[in-house]
Amino acid sequence: MSQPAENETLPQEQKPKLWVYLLPLGLFGVLMIFFFFGLGLNPRLLPSPLIGQPAPDFSLPKLSNPDETIQNVDLTGEVSLLNIWATWCTSCRQEHPVLMKIAESKEVPIHGLYYKDQPALGIEWLNNYGNPYYDNAVDMDGKVGIEWGAYGTPETFVIDQEGIIRYKHVGPISWHDWQTTLLPLINLLKNNNGV
Amino acid sequence: MFFVTAVSAEIAGFPFESESQEQRFRDLSTELRCLVCQNQSLADSNAGLAQDLRTELYEQVLSNNSSDEIIRFMTERYGDFILYKPRFATKTLLLWFTPILLFIVAVFFLIRFSKFRNQSQQVQPSEEELKKVRELLKAQEQKK
Amino acid sequence: MIPELGHFTLILALAVAFVQAIIPGMGFLRRRADWMAVAKPAALLQFALVLSAYGILTYSFIVNDFSVLYAANTSNSELPLIYRISGVWGAHEGSLLLWVLILSTWTAILAMQSKKYPVDMSAGVISVLGFISIGFILFSLFTSNPFLRHFPAPVDGGDLNPLLQDPVMAIHPPMLYMGYVGFAIPFAFAIAALVQGKLDTAWARWVRPWALIAWVSLTAGITLGSWWAYYELGWGGWWFWDPVENASFMPWLTGTALIHSLAVTEKRHALRNWTVLLAIISFSLSLLGTFLVRSGVLTSVHAFASDPTRGVFILVFLGLVVGISLGLFAYRAWQLRTITPFSFVSREMALLTNSVFLLIIMLTVLLGTLYPLILEALGGGKISVGPPYFSRVFIPLMIPVVILMAIGPFIRWRQDSVSTLTKQLRLPAILAVIFASVISLLLPGKLNLTAWFALLLAFWVFNSCYTQLKLRLRNTQSLQKGLKRIPRGWYGMIIAHIGIAFTVVGIALSSVYSQEQDVHMVSGDDRTLGDYRFEFVDVERKKGPNYQADVGTIQVYKNDKQLMTLHPEKRIYNVRKNMMTEAAINTNLLRDLYVSLGEQRNTETGAWSVRLYYKPFILWIWLGGFVMILGGLIAVTDKRYRIEVKQENIKLDDKYVATS
Repeated sequence: MSQPAENETLPQEQKPKLWVYLLPLGLFGVLMIFFFFGLGLNPRLLPSPLIGQPAPDFSLPKLSNPDETIQNVDLTGEVSLLNIWATWCTSCRQEHPVLMKIAESKEVPIHGLYYKDQPALGIEWLNNYGNPYYDNAVDMDGKVGIEWGAYGTPETFVIDQEGIIRYKHVGPISWHDWQTTLLPLINLLKNNNGV
Repeated sequence: MFFVTAVSAEIAGFPFESESQEQRFRDLSTELRCLVCQNQSLADSNAGLAQDLRTELYEQVLSNNSSDEIIRFMTERYGDFILYKPRFATKTLLLWFTPILLFIVAVFFLIRFSKFRNQSQQVQPSEEELKKVRELLKAQEQKK
Repeated sequence: MIPELGHFTLILALAVAFVQAIIPGMGFLRRRADWMAVAKPAALLQFALVLSAYGILTYSFIVNDFSVLYAANTSNSELPLIYRISGVWGAHEGSLLLWVLILSTWTAILAMQSKKYPVDMSAGVISVLGFISIGFILFSLFTSNPFLRHFPAPVDGGDLNPLLQDPVMAIHPPMLYMGYVGFAIPFAFAIAALVQGKLDTAWARWVRPWALIAWVSLTAGITLGSWWAYYELGWGGWWFWDPVENASFMPWLTGTALIHSLAVTEKRHALRNWTVLLAIISFSLSLLGTFLVRSGVLTSVHAFASDPTRGVFILVFLGLVVGISLGLFAYRAWQLRTITPFSFVSREMALLTNSVFLLIIMLTVLLGTLYPLILEALGGGKISVGPPYFSRVFIPLMIPVVILMAIGPFIRWRQDSVSTLTKQLRLPAILAVIFASVISLLLPGKLNLTAWFALLLAFWVFNSCYTQLKLRLRNTQSLQKGLKRIPRGWYGMIIAHIGIAFTVVGIALSSVYSQEQDVHMVSGDDRTLGDYRFEFVDVERKKGPNYQADVGTIQVYKNDKQLMTLHPEKRIYNVRKNMMTEAAINTNLLRDLYVSLGEQRNTETGAWSVRLYYKPFILWIWLGGFVMILGGLIAVTDKRYRIEVKQENIKLDDKYVATS
């Protein structure tokens, strides 16, 4: 089959310049750089916008005594942890011994937010496995969970003396997390006296 | 989904007082992400957190909070990640403007390209092509 | 012992892939016929070896050999045989092997048909495909070996994800991969032609059927996937702009652009570099999709379990393949640039505009998909880009493409006059306005501008297809003879365009006129959607082969006449304990009635959460997809793609180096 001859070429200066042909390669190069950094990111890690904000207002009944309430003022005055948990949550069971050890170390009080669960089950759990909590607030309908931007259980917040949220840990805390991240942060907050 | 328009009287077991409330609930629940699902809106998800957030949304819509207020409520707690429709902000400028920019560049390129072609050459068959046509005609003749 | 044999066969296949890549490749560069001759046997041998490896893996699934780690993770002895076979591609390792198998199958088919191409071209193409094969087999062997064993073998397997235990989902991945991998062939042709420096109309004719086959497969994969999502996920959605859906949609967009641009290159020897670029981009996007899905950089419903080494491997492979090809493109295309003249009003221009628009749409989808990733990498925090963004940018950009579809086929090559065109275009356009208005008024519910406009576009395309046919038959003695004389490629185009019109109608009407209720119902409750009244009867517990089900019974009445009984199910699979909804759907051309069962809300009253949908014309979305597939298949059978090349014309010489 005969080919149309390539005599239809234009004078050199009218042809597109080399950079036009390099454009796709350049764009691809930029994409590759982003992919390279993207590989190092964890898509499941979600930062909380509440960090640096005062702990959200709430007033909930205590797990140990439904007639008493816990409010967020109870969280101020010293550095503390707030741990969101439930008995239907299997990773909370996994986290529980670590919380016990933290409680034993007496470094920091742990407040519990008992999330969308029957109070009776929670009391039973604490009786069976031990109680690491200073006290527990019962959030039956998950409303306070939403105020705290909770995705699920377990989640743990570090709150400073002024009641400002300083850190959020998603998922069960391991002893390693405690020693390398949480404890140093808590000590720092204690020394800085909240500033 | 492509368009969000549909008519109904009840969503997720929630009764509404007016059609506009219901429409607002529907729009917002498709524009908010179910955070614990991999990729679903609040409207589509049956996850526990999605149900709680839908209840929250319902109560806020019913107490006639504006859509902006509701979106602020959600993002203050969960960050911009909860918005399926990214906010118009400095960091999303490129996201919203690039399609328009691409469109303009393409139209410009196409017009320039065709002008450039027209002035460079008169559109007439080349000798080579005429030869090809003659060959084809001959071939067809022979077939007959 | 047998799984080890599979592993060994795959290693042999790798060795053969090296031979297939290097020897014919050298022959292609040095123009040595003896080296080129290795291409065909190597391709066939590699295919045989990969097929055996794949067969052995399938065998492990069939006989429930759970000492094979992959089978233990993705299969189970309770699984019906058909899902044990399709379960082979139910997770990362096996689906990657399927990918390799499809690549070697396409290569073998090409090698069998090598008479159609000059011997040097087919050697070059097979060599390029060999390099791609090397990459994927290495990927499989080093990061995702499906033949790994562990002892003692577990008593039973971890089961196939229940979402995948579905006939459509069983064939969806192979179709999709046939599409993805199919674009490797136009890509290989593009690379070979760039190296050789010979890009002519014959080249375009060789590539076209391959591009069409890839496009048809990808269309089928996407259509099936979307249909599956609709009936399986239980909330009536069929497209979510999920990163993985986008990963399949992007090569579809550029693949569509490619088949149109190829037409220009074949008919007019024009836009050659553009066509080559589109061929490279389409395959690059297939590789990009693989990277996005399998590296875990994006969250998605479909994402495979992520593994950083896999991500790094594909990223490096992606960088090499795409980087080298785009580099080669920049260098050679710049050297080879020529201009074939055409006027602003010409078929060439219409097709170029179409492909430029499709490319922009692809870039927009790419931007939306990657924006959260890019922003996060730059430290801008987490955001989501979801359906509200995509529909806002996609629809306005798609409208000009559909309009071009209605007018493009009328425009003559090289140059056409606006006045003749206007005359030809007037009638179909006017009729479209009339038809759209009439249908809009006939539809129940309020008059809706979106629906009217979509109908207008669809009718316009349809009318223009009909007018085209009439124009084609204008000068024939008999209808039969005239119909016969039209090439199949043309029929294919018309049919595929009508398919798009169907899909447009389906999307618009189902979105605008859908009605839904998401309610809690107890026995005896009823709700009305349009003309239909749904009465909730009860829910019973039943036992399936490998699951327990709650089966609901819902009676549907129209004008107080009982129309049908629907049985939506909610299943819990025995092994993985996943909850699955099986929606009950009654479909016809005009509407779907869709019922899905949620959870039991209240054990005392027996209230269940139920989603009820009335979705008019939704079937047309997928019907359009199948019509497009039909069009593509008809176009592939066009007889000019069967032309064989006279091999004696090809100069082969040891001394002659065919570059520049």
